[in-house]
Amino acid sequence: MDAAAPAARPVVEISLTVNGRPHTLTVEPRETLLDVLRVRLGLTGAKLSCDVQVCGACTVLVDGLPVSACTYLAYEARGRQVLTIEGLADGDRLHPLQQAFIDHAAFQCGYCTPGMILAAKALLDEIPRPTADEVKHYLRGNICRCTGYKKILEAVAAAAEALAARHG
Amino acid sequence: MAETLRVVGRPVPRLDGLEKVTGRARYTVDLVVPGMAHGAILRSPLPRARLRGIDTSRAERLPGVVAVLTAADLGDIDPYYGQVIRDRPVIAIDEVRYAGEPVAAVAALDPATAREALDRIEVDYEALPPVLDLDAALAAGAPRVHTRRPAGAPPEAEGNICFHARVARGDPEAALAGAAHVFEHTFTFPMVYHYAMEPHAVVAAAEGPAVTVWTSAQHPFLVRADLARMFGRALEQVRVVVPYVGGGFGSKSYTKIEPLAVALARKAGRPVRVALSVAEACLTTRRHAARVVLRTGVDRDGRLVARVATIWLDTGAYADNGPRVTTKAARRVLGGYRCPHVRSDAYAVYTNTVPAGSFRAIGAPQTIWACEVQMDLIAQALGLDPVELRARNLGRRGEALFDHERPLDADLEAGLRRVAAAIGWDRPAAPRTGRGLAVGITDAGAEPVASAIVRLHADGSASVHESSTELGQGVRTVLAQIAAEALALPVERVGVVASDTAGTPYDRSTGASRSTTVMGLAVEAACQEVRAQLADAAAAALGTGTGSLVFEAGRIRAPDGREVTYGEAVRAFFAGPGGELVGRGYVRGGGRWTPPPLFWEVGWGAAEVAVDEETGQVRVARYASLADVGLAVNPPLAEGQDEGAAVMGLGHTLFEALRYEAGQLQNGTLVDYRVPLAEDLPALATGLVEDRNGPGAHGAKGMGEGAINPVAPAVTTALARACGVVVTELPLTPERVWRALRRRRAEQAIPAG
Repeated sequence: MDAAAPAARPVVEISLTVNGRPHTLTVEPRETLLDVLRVRLGLTGAKLSCDVQVCGACTVLVDGLPVSACTYLAYEARGRQVLTIEGLADGDRLHPLQQAFIDHAAFQCGYCTPGMILAAKALLDEIPRPTADEVKHYLRGNICRCTGYKKILEAVAAAAEALAARHG
Repeated sequence: MAETLRVVGRPVPRLDGLEKVTGRARYTVDLVVPGMAHGAILRSPLPRARLRGIDTSRAERLPGVVAVLTAADLGDIDPYYGQVIRDRPVIAIDEVRYAGEPVAAVAALDPATAREALDRIEVDYEALPPVLDLDAALAAGAPRVHTRRPAGAPPEAEGNICFHARVARGDPEAALAGAAHVFEHTFTFPMVYHYAMEPHAVVAAAEGPAVTVWTSAQHPFLVRADLARMFGRALEQVRVVVPYVGGGFGSKSYTKIEPLAVALARKAGRPVRVALSVAEACLTTRRHAARVVLRTGVDRDGRLVARVATIWLDTGAYADNGPRVTTKAARRVLGGYRCPHVRSDAYAVYTNTVPAGSFRAIGAPQTIWACEVQMDLIAQALGLDPVELRARNLGRRGEALFDHERPLDADLEAGLRRVAAAIGWDRPAAPRTGRGLAVGITDAGAEPVASAIVRLHADGSASVHESSTELGQGVRTVLAQIAAEALALPVERVGVVASDTAGTPYDRSTGASRSTTVMGLAVEAACQEVRAQLADAAAAALGTGTGSLVFEAGRIRAPDGREVTYGEAVRAFFAGPGGELVGRGYVRGGGRWTPPPLFWEVGWGAAEVAVDEETGQVRVARYASLADVGLAVNPPLAEGQDEGAAVMGLGHTLFEALRYEAGQLQNGTLVDYRVPLAEDLPALATGLVEDRNGPGAHGAKGMGEGAINPVAPAVTTALARACGVVVTELPLTPERVWRALRRRRAEQAIPAG
């Protein structure tokens, strides 16, 4: 059959900043931030997994705080600063968390990794030298099914040290 | 003396590291194919029903809908698939066999329209009485899940028995009659969901004779074979491409939703993307629930004299990999123990529930749990230390436990003593804490059929072309290391091109811990071919013989000190600016691989748990895991496999179980289905035994599954020592433990006699 265009749906215009670049977009009110990032902006680092705000694979930072983009309406991000994994490195220079995840083999399939790294960044921004228990507690919203978490915790601890050394 | 290795055995950074930490790694769910439509699947609300009719006309009229697929569209193809028993239709035909089975599918210009169209499809179901668990399926006169005999069904399949496997030797009944002690226990293991974080996803295109699918499949060549057979295509007309896969654990083994996606794309006349949600992945495959009945006879010293095992595996509505799971379970329940008289019967049983298939260490966690908990109960009854009882019964290295098997290739007792020491086995435990340990062996490796191609380019860099799927286990990194070692190249000069059946050569499958061993050997053989060609080219360029050339870091040196780089040798061979040398490596079945298995995968584990007797909450405080890996090609990656498997084992030990009520899955989302979190991580120590005893390159052998097996028995027996209750049903939820504690208290309150 020939597909006619789908019926038009109500839309709203929003402006937001993603990885330092301003965007003005026309979105449906029901569109999630994750869909806007992945489909409109082609930023596919954040992943859809559980779809119910449990697993953290879709974690991005909005004004520096971690949110589950799968259940966060794009409309709510209007006027805000969004950071995705694609915006974390400084050019070719990896963020210390990214480098630590490589150095400590803290990922396997990699599906949780963008969200995990951004959640860890939010943690370290808030608590620069967390205890092991604080890291475990903070990351309870980010599931990894591959690694068993041990190497992730090691990587976060190493990144905390590297950041502390950088900031003197 | 062991050879000196430069690259193998070192903590080389993963090849996929930069892509995965920057978000640039592309998975099937990330792909956009020009012109692609979006698929959505209508699923049966009933566990068993006759399909009296489906009216799709209102859905087809919805603007934006491209195609609606039902069984009526399958008349010109063979719509059934399944690795051993071809009982699963592309989409329900005449009958539905579980709640969640696809009955229709829509392709639309956008996902929202596709979902909206599902609501406009009218299905007329005639509800039929379902069989929802093992007891119901096995009851006399039970309705049959399959009323027609599917292709490939074994002759012994009758009623709801899908498959039967037996391991037998001697006269176990007579031996049990003469045993000093006989123990009988029944163990129950739940349905478990893999939760690979990327749910199954496919983009399919079927325009003209060519069929192309991008899929999250673990075994692209087996998917290709199924699609070619079903849709009447030659193998060369079907192309299966597997990008990075967001976790497998068996959930993406064999063929899952690819036939549906191809059928939908064929009808739509354009590419279609079908990306399942986690809730749908829960309705696609799971681990077999099991009931294991063990009767074991021992002599006065605790030596096994006879063992009779009866294993019932709930395989759900379709066989999937159930037959192989059943065959493995029948063997794996016996463990690494000597026992002269044995009969082990395993049955896969159809029920009207989600089909069960492969899951990390197929048939093993269910049966090794039963075997190992019973070993502890025997030790306890005889007043023996559990380590000592096991030591008296474990087979020795080099000993074949069955005539038709490869001899044991690991020292099972030494490993057990090592994890016991790691957990402080001989030290007194604190109040309300206990320690337990276990050992499991699995006949690993699957079919050893693989091919690899290695290309040495004109600049001296090399590409490995192979089709083992990168699921996160690090196979590309490991294969690059093996190639770099064999080619005498820095690992940075080796790339891996993987998993495209149109461009990378055959690999049977990615699973059963086989890739490092099997594909590793294929890659090594391909490198040796290249190296032989390179030697000829260099000898000609240097005007010397091939015998005394030294290969080192991309250069070839003659005895007189003159040298050429690999690139110079390649260019000299072709007498031009470019060219490349191509080597191929095959690994074939038979020969060195008989008798089976390819190798024994061994996992040892020891746990220390604390129990809160008020709430029944079990906390695993410490866990020691040990794996026999032959040689860890990349030690951090091997450790990561072991850690991940052990923590996954904590899941089915402590909280994971899919729950059904009235034929409906009750907890098929991550809100209700609890997997291990960072907070659940115990103090975890992983050890690797590396005595180069494996059949792979440099003595490597497979790993990554073994560590999941000892967790449940180690924790269950640790719990028993902590508080005196033996729980024979998993998972060890607080309620279950609390009820067991209450029963024990009630029993203790009643005066004996």
